[in-house]
Amino acid sequence: MVTRLKEVDAVTVGLGWTGAIMARELTKAGLNVVSLERGPDRIPGEDFILPSVRDELRYAGRLELMWDNSLDTLTFRNFPVEEALPIRRIGAFLPGEGVGGSGIHWGALHWRFLPSDFRIRSTLTERYGANAIPADMTIADWPLSFDEIEPFYDRFDKICGVSGKAGNVRGQKIEGGNIFEGPRSNEYPNAPIKSSNAGLMFGTAAKSLGYHPFPAPVAIASAAYTNAENVPLGACEYCGFCNRVACETNAKASPNSTLLPTLRLEPKFQLRTRCFVTKLNYDKAAKKVVSVTYTDMRNGEEYEQPAGIVLLTSYVFSNVQHLLLAGIGEPYDHATGKGVVGKNYAYQFEAGAAAFFEDKELNPFWGSAGTAVCIDDFNGENFDHGGLGFFGGGYFTCNTASAPPIAGRSVPHGTPQWGSEWKRATVKWYHHAARFNTQGSVYANRDNFMDLDPTYKDAFGRPLLRLTYNGPENEHKMSRYLLDKLEGIIKAMAPTHYEMHPRPKTFTVVPYQSTHNTGGTMMGSDPKTSVVNRYLQAWDAHNLFVEGASVFPQQHGYNPTGTVGALAYWSAQAITTQYLKSPGPLVHA
Amino acid sequence: MTITLKETDAVVVGVGWTGSILARELTKAGLNVVGLERGAKRMPRENFTIPSVRDDLKYAVRQELFQDTQLETVTVRHSPGETALPIRRLGSFLPGTDLGGAGAHWNGMTWRWLPSDHKLRSHVTERYGKSAIPDEMTIEDFPVSYDELEPFYDKFEKLCGVSGKAGNLRGTKIDGGNVFEGPRQNEYPNPPLVRSMAGEIMDKAARSLGYHPFPAPSSNASETYTNPEGLTLGACEYCGHCERFGCEANAKASPNVCILPALLADQRFELRDYAQVKELVYDKAARKVRAVRYVDTRTGEEYEQPAGIVVLGAYVFNNVLLMLTAGIGEPYDYRTGKGAVGKNYCYQVSGNGIGVFFADKEINPFMAAGAHGVLIDDFNGDNFDHSGLGFIGGAWIQAGPTNGRPILTRPVPPGTPRWGREWKQATAKWYNHAFGIGASGCNYAHRENFLDLDPTYRDALGRPLIRMSYNFRDNDYKLAQYLGGVLERLARAMNPTIMGKPNVKRGDYNVVPYQSTHNTGGTMSGTDPKTSAVNRYLQAWDADNLFVMGASVFPQNTSYNPTGVVGALAYWSAHAITTQYLKSPGPLVHA
Amino acid sequence: MTEETIPRRRFLLGAGIAGTAVATGLNQTEPAAAQAPAAAAPAAPQPEPLLALNETEHAFVVAAVDTLIPADELSPSGSDCGVATYIDRQLASAWGGGAKSYRAGPFRKGKPEQGYQLALTPVEFMKAGIAAANEWSRKTYGRDFDRLAADKRVEALKAIEAGKAEFANFSARAFFGRLHAMTMEGFFSDPIYGGNRNKASWRMLGFPGLPATYAHLIDEYRDKRYVAEPRSIEDFS
Repeated sequence: MVTRLKEVDAVTVGLGWTGAIMARELTKAGLNVVSLERGPDRIPGEDFILPSVRDELRYAGRLELMWDNSLDTLTFRNFPVEEALPIRRIGAFLPGEGVGGSGIHWGALHWRFLPSDFRIRSTLTERYGANAIPADMTIADWPLSFDEIEPFYDRFDKICGVSGKAGNVRGQKIEGGNIFEGPRSNEYPNAPIKSSNAGLMFGTAAKSLGYHPFPAPVAIASAAYTNAENVPLGACEYCGFCNRVACETNAKASPNSTLLPTLRLEPKFQLRTRCFVTKLNYDKAAKKVVSVTYTDMRNGEEYEQPAGIVLLTSYVFSNVQHLLLAGIGEPYDHATGKGVVGKNYAYQFEAGAAAFFEDKELNPFWGSAGTAVCIDDFNGENFDHGGLGFFGGGYFTCNTASAPPIAGRSVPHGTPQWGSEWKRATVKWYHHAARFNTQGSVYANRDNFMDLDPTYKDAFGRPLLRLTYNGPENEHKMSRYLLDKLEGIIKAMAPTHYEMHPRPKTFTVVPYQSTHNTGGTMMGSDPKTSVVNRYLQAWDAHNLFVEGASVFPQQHGYNPTGTVGALAYWSAQAITTQYLKSPGPLVHA
Repeated sequence: MTITLKETDAVVVGVGWTGSILARELTKAGLNVVGLERGAKRMPRENFTIPSVRDDLKYAVRQELFQDTQLETVTVRHSPGETALPIRRLGSFLPGTDLGGAGAHWNGMTWRWLPSDHKLRSHVTERYGKSAIPDEMTIEDFPVSYDELEPFYDKFEKLCGVSGKAGNLRGTKIDGGNVFEGPRQNEYPNPPLVRSMAGEIMDKAARSLGYHPFPAPSSNASETYTNPEGLTLGACEYCGHCERFGCEANAKASPNVCILPALLADQRFELRDYAQVKELVYDKAARKVRAVRYVDTRTGEEYEQPAGIVVLGAYVFNNVLLMLTAGIGEPYDYRTGKGAVGKNYCYQVSGNGIGVFFADKEINPFMAAGAHGVLIDDFNGDNFDHSGLGFIGGAWIQAGPTNGRPILTRPVPPGTPRWGREWKQATAKWYNHAFGIGASGCNYAHRENFLDLDPTYRDALGRPLIRMSYNFRDNDYKLAQYLGGVLERLARAMNPTIMGKPNVKRGDYNVVPYQSTHNTGGTMSGTDPKTSAVNRYLQAWDADNLFVMGASVFPQNTSYNPTGVVGALAYWSAHAITTQYLKSPGPLVHA
Repeated sequence: MTEETIPRRRFLLGAGIAGTAVATGLNQTEPAAAQAPAAAAPAAPQPEPLLALNETEHAFVVAAVDTLIPADELSPSGSDCGVATYIDRQLASAWGGGAKSYRAGPFRKGKPEQGYQLALTPVEFMKAGIAAANEWSRKTYGRDFDRLAADKRVEALKAIEAGKAEFANFSARAFFGRLHAMTMEGFFSDPIYGGNRNKASWRMLGFPGLPATYAHLIDEYRDKRYVAEPRSIEDFS
């Protein structure tokens, strides 16, 4: 028996980064907003304090802050001809669960896409010819430009207190920063995080080869910082736990540390945790989502929450699943190529290396993603792809390896995995290992998509989302090229020993790679080939706004969150300045 | 992709008590037998050792040795009009798993039915008239009489080394034994266990009221004992960690101690553990189960094992599930009363008791065995005149704690708060000075108590869960009320310092508190293939090579713990297979 | 932030502070009820690391188990007997994570006779319950449960036990049932699980524990008190 509640102005399905941004912006505009989060509340001063927060097993090993697969997961197959099977415990990607979502435990690398990324199809066509893009590479231009979104990148930077060094401020190139980036209106809010020894060594080697190293930009405050919401953030402790773990000093930006403190005091905001949204209720004729239905897991009761505006902020997989279950938009049909919901799934093509320096102390146990040093010389269209046989690219990064010690111990390939020899090698190299990564783009391909599984259901009886993905040949070629260039830099560092780690031919869901899943509800200018318009408004339901990386037409060579946050602010502005005045489609195709 | 294996003479589904007995008897007759057990090959020497075996939290509270409901469970509703919901955490009953099944950790109460129990409908009709049995009470005679089964009761008791005192030896009644029992050919294999303090108090009180107390018939060996299989049991330690625990002394009779060492040493027997049986492959036209399909849960591989004979020893729920999913026999339809598979599910009317408190007596409840009390049968079966009472059947009544394990056993007088200072005072004061008198009532079949397949919920293999439609009925409540009076009389006769109020079964069936793991019925044995699933030899009417074991063949449940009857029937059926079926395969009974 | 929302920082309180001190909180204005010296009190233990509960939740549990099992001449308080430690560890165990529990859907509200039907695991259930209990306590008494004086804690627990306390979207009665059951387990189980410190409860009852081999004693001690120093699994490992 479903209890129907009183209507509210807006509902967010999920309370991660985008849910928190939308809730904050909409309450500021005077709306009553309810956020429904299936996981538990997470409060930095309560749940993440010394000493318990320094528990590698609990957070990095047992994944306490992440998706609980006993109730819900997705099925996976590499190719459309195969049968998909459930991912019984997440591995390759680790979406978060609970208030803050992945934002509470991410690595916090914080980027912007290149201006050329936003018009990638046009750019490639212009540079390499009309027939340069293969037929199965279904990339598309974004329906907005870098210049349009720049002020919102800037806004998000100032919420997070991002630390970095600008390479291009209002057209002025600055050495020591990323000279390839699109022009920023401002320097980073905080000075860069101090680089690790390994990072500095990488930077020196890269420079000697004519590349342009810079400190990794991270949403981790390098100094105490009061953000644009007047919330104080702490300074990074270089604790060495960062990724998968929450931050007890509120230095690593999370929705919980940057936005929730204000939201919790806002009477117009109501948070309901342990509330699992099972469906959106769609009135197809009226082109509106009239309400969402959810189960309160604390008492087993079902509720229907009517809302004027519905924000779908539940991460890529759940966003796509909700649209498919509610019948909003035409599902992508791989056989015919028609339809849009589930189309253009993309990932990140990471591949890296390890290097060992027996005469250098690399201090493995302090640092974070911010202590890395990067080069962007081989990203996007920053280099000439003429004659290379692939498109795309990625930034390179180098940081110290080894800590924390359950997962971090690096030893050269061929070392036994146990016994005295293993122990000696582990001790020998623990302070002397560096690791490298190439954060390769994944350009959309017609064979990589999401739909509903025909066999498996979640604990609420809904079909699981099915993911069909393998790294396309384009990305394998790109990665080989990137690794080749990376090897050149590593050699210039003169390590005692190094090894490259190319990706295997077939994508596997088991070892961790990246949580940069994108696509499925792509944005575009044509309702026949996209799910949402440039304001992230669903073409088929004008009061529905879909946030997060599911709107990406393809994935570029950067961590997505910077762009995800900027788009949320951009979308929120469209709602508060246009939609509220005149509810209806904001773009007429 | 299923791998088809070479045919074997017989497959036993589940290696608990009945699986072990059948496998042993068939291998002795020269057959090659494969035993498929979904759980692990658990053996006492490795798994049940001091000190870990004394872990009350792990075994009694967290139910370590029992079935994992995450993989399979049962849905329950009170009546056909309701939606059944899954038992998500075990409570009311605790099905076993792993080699030896629940036989590895039961309490050991080992009974025979009364002669009148074997002919229940006839007996009651004869004595009280047709109207004594309401239409909806679908009880039946069992198609094997007490006299026919007596040698097999004897055989099972000798296998287990049951400790007790005969009350009727070849017709002669013996004071100190159960004078109501059917005539035994032999005394019990072992003398009774040493009496507890509570048992002594019960004995005196019962005698003072003119009743006939006797020691619990116990599969906890009172002395070291070598059984007819040449296997030796140790003597009971009275450790007070019996039910839900394995026995480190090998004193508690279990398949693991009494049969398996011999069976596992036999070349003709092959045990496959981690073998989760999925379904039976049934050839309806040929009236044969061709093969058993199972999954090796260590590798995920699926196998098909063809067999000449298939024995179901998978406990009540899975016996019924396997028959229903294979389409063997007609599923019971409660509306029409037609069909027999799933019919006549019964349970136990337990949880009737009264607490007694003795300021001047040391009870030492922690010195106890699993089947240890002193009992009376004066109010069981038809041992007393039911004229004018409004119900039929009865209960054994017992006093004698099986444990003093303090997480769950801390008797306090009625009205004691459940926490705080007063609670603690009362708990400490009375812990060693109290026990309960309990009554285990029979549960007679009802047309709306049955098992079928759930339409919504599935197990980990994707098969429908068994749906139980069950509630206590008028006869059960009336019996319970009556027992309350008897309990009160007994308690008073003990002259305790404090006497509780009798607590008798009332209200709807509740799956939460533990009551009993005496689930029976669903594949009942009978003389008519239209109203029963198996014949008197436990052979399926619709599949000549399929034999169904366990309490699922009971038409109704008596007051007695079922295992003694289950074991006897397994030997009886095995005898029919080895002396009749093997010579001439085909229906053993022509209806 | 108000006083009520300041998290409890045990490690800041210093070593050697027993559970009752934690329960009274940092800025208690009402005096804690005087407590009789505990019988056979173990040395006040160091604060132990928590595995599942956060500080606020732990403070609630300590206050609750000390109310359910107060210190008196029969035994130390519940937390001094390790019951809060027991609860934390059990919630962090496989059982706490829902092992051996059927969690497939659909999830429907059933009758009490159909047993537990929520999707929450034991640890999730307890955490949601503690949050609901503290919310109710703030609404009713103006402060979190662990900040209440001893007599108010008794009053509060009685209301929760009876289901009279109205928790938001949560069953107070079911929560009390689970809390009570875990408290009893923690008090009476073998000390290897973190509770029943120094076998205090077994000593209190006269339960001898291990090895539990009485065949040669049962006759001799019929109606005679059997006195033995209780021994646990650890003593035999």
